[in-house]
Amino acid sequence: MKVMALIQLKPNDKGRISEIKGGKQICKRLFELGLNKGVEIEVVKNDIGPVIVDLSGHKLAIGRGLANNIIIQA
Amino acid sequence: MNTIALVGNPNSGKTTLFNAITGANQHVGNWPGVTVEKKVGEFKFNNKIYDVVDLPGTYSLGAFSEDEVVARDYVVKGNPDVVINVVDATNIERNLYLTTQLLEMGANVVIALNMVDEAKTREIEINIESLSKNLGVPVISTVASKKSGVEKLIEKTVECIEKKSEYHPLSYGENIDKEIKTIKELLKDSKADYPADWIAIKLLEGNKDILEEVNNKDVEKRLTFLKDKGIDYELEIVDKRYDFISNITKKSVVKPDEAVVTLSDKIDKVITNKYLGLPIFGLIMFIVFQLTFKIGQDLLGGIVESWIETFGVFLSKELVLINAPEWLISFISDGIIGGVGAVLSFIPLITVLYFFLGVLEDTGYMARAAYIMDDIMRALGLQGKTFISMIIGFGCNVPGIMATRTLETKKDKMIAILINPFMSCGARIPIYLVFISAFFPEHGGIILFILYFLGILVALIMGKIFSNTLFKGESSHFIMELPPYRLPSFNSVIKNMWQQVLHFIERAGTIIFAVVAILWILSVLPLGVEPYSQASLLGKIGTLLAPIFKPAGFGTWQASVSLAAGIAAKEAVVAVLGMVYAGVSEGSELIVAIQNAFTPLTAVSFMVMVLLYTPCAATIATVKQETNSYKWAIFISVYTFALAWIASVLVYQIGSLLGF
Repeated sequence: MKVMALIQLKPNDKGRISEIKGGKQICKRLFELGLNKGVEIEVVKNDIGPVIVDLSGHKLAIGRGLANNIIIQA
Repeated sequence: MNTIALVGNPNSGKTTLFNAITGANQHVGNWPGVTVEKKVGEFKFNNKIYDVVDLPGTYSLGAFSEDEVVARDYVVKGNPDVVINVVDATNIERNLYLTTQLLEMGANVVIALNMVDEAKTREIEINIESLSKNLGVPVISTVASKKSGVEKLIEKTVECIEKKSEYHPLSYGENIDKEIKTIKELLKDSKADYPADWIAIKLLEGNKDILEEVNNKDVEKRLTFLKDKGIDYELEIVDKRYDFISNITKKSVVKPDEAVVTLSDKIDKVITNKYLGLPIFGLIMFIVFQLTFKIGQDLLGGIVESWIETFGVFLSKELVLINAPEWLISFISDGIIGGVGAVLSFIPLITVLYFFLGVLEDTGYMARAAYIMDDIMRALGLQGKTFISMIIGFGCNVPGIMATRTLETKKDKMIAILINPFMSCGARIPIYLVFISAFFPEHGGIILFILYFLGILVALIMGKIFSNTLFKGESSHFIMELPPYRLPSFNSVIKNMWQQVLHFIERAGTIIFAVVAILWILSVLPLGVEPYSQASLLGKIGTLLAPIFKPAGFGTWQASVSLAAGIAAKEAVVAVLGMVYAGVSEGSELIVAIQNAFTPLTAVSFMVMVLLYTPCAATIATVKQETNSYKWAIFISVYTFALAWIASVLVYQIGSLLGF
């Protein structure tokens, strides 16, 4: 079990969100979009531009700054 | 009259369902937050008419964006009899989050479980009875795009108007439930239109507008007390809502272990590719403008023009035959046919442009454009979503500016508003086309593309400058849903296009007609003067303004008057040019007159001016409305003019030096 920031994951890597670092506002926004603690995500694309993750079949684009603050257990 | 509200996440098919229920001619988009306005329709059931209100698509009913506040306020204060909550069956957990909030409010909810066909393709199984039983509200499965399930939904909704579902508050765990009770006790004496449970939850979530509205000293004290003790339930409440949801989905939803790879996923591999994304985006925009020009102008443009010409000649002949007074003939043939007619001849072009913009929106490509542009926009202190409002601005700046509502920080929103007018709207195309036909008939598509590109470039540069000066600080985080690609619905694209064209014709018939009429009066006063001559009032105003434009190479009274009229509506520029130069409907005469009055260089300089200068009155009014300040409305009018003037002077002066 490894713990790392979302931005360090490669395409097809899967993991569960263990922590979101950052203000309450942004945490709440992510929760509301379905990115709450414990959910499983799969990285679809992570090279340039926002990271695209798959959340139960749906695609979310997450800015790189934000992706650095989302901690994943892979 | 009974009222029904439609609530749902962006891309849940809410607007499509609204159309299916009401049959209203309305547009369905695919980028998050397309429904920025409150839209109302109606349907008839058993000879009774019911109102339906389409609320903005939101993920939540907090106070995060204006859309959320609009939707929330309507549900609690608008007292709809039933709230139809559109839930995307392919993404049920996240969609149910909004549902939990509706249940908290005590709204009378009916769930439309939409896109059940897509859920099936993705091998997601949903037990509707179990879902309905556990949520405590009726659930009807629908496929809005195929109108299936809609009848049943209407039937159930009408049934629920009579029979409200019971209000059962959610449980948020021992501590929070206890705190809610405490606050409810304190609230007992204050009058409020909302359920006390809901107010208590909102207060614990730190909602400031509700706190203000409640205006209760004891409650404020209690919240300060909690804060001082370091107790904050805000995120825990969100967690508890998800606990509630996952308890329900565990019982009612079965998903495949591996998500099914859809065609949409495969397309995205190419469209959002690191190397291909940007070139594909550029290529798509290039093709759109080439096709718009080729089909709208070369293929169809002449047709409407010749109709108007024939009609104009016919009308003048008839007027002469019935011995109409000379001033009336002049007003009709020079003023109306020459002015309004010149504007109407661009209908085919506007139609084609709106068709393509509609297709881009409907397929879901807009969200990808925002994604692809995010990197570049971020380097400029902006963010990718700003680009969506810019692309919409190509159609018209008014909806473009309204689309900035989906931006989350004030900084992003303000900058997006201030740079939107540089996006060349549809009404400016006719002006370019007159000059292109006069001087660069072989290179129309390229010139248009360069002008649009210049508009984008100026917008981005100004964005960078604003973000370093007027609006410092961090740009908001980028987080955005990439909705699955969908085949554009031919119906909705055509409907939207038709609406826009009607709007264009309506403007030609009202604002532009009024401008043309006023200008015609100015052109024949003082009495006895030769119409449209420099001695007329119109000529005098133009002469007064002309020196301003001299350094830009088009310091003629005609050009100056046309630009001034363009502030009322951009279409009026062509109308006025038609009146003052040709005075007749025949497009070719206007072109010849333009060829005599301008040079290729001053034509370019004039087009740059038109591209960048003060937006039209409708846009300025929208800026006032969106920023809630006259200051910004005045600012945008002045700074765009200054910038446009500098740019066209540079074009002319540098061009002259280079010997053009």
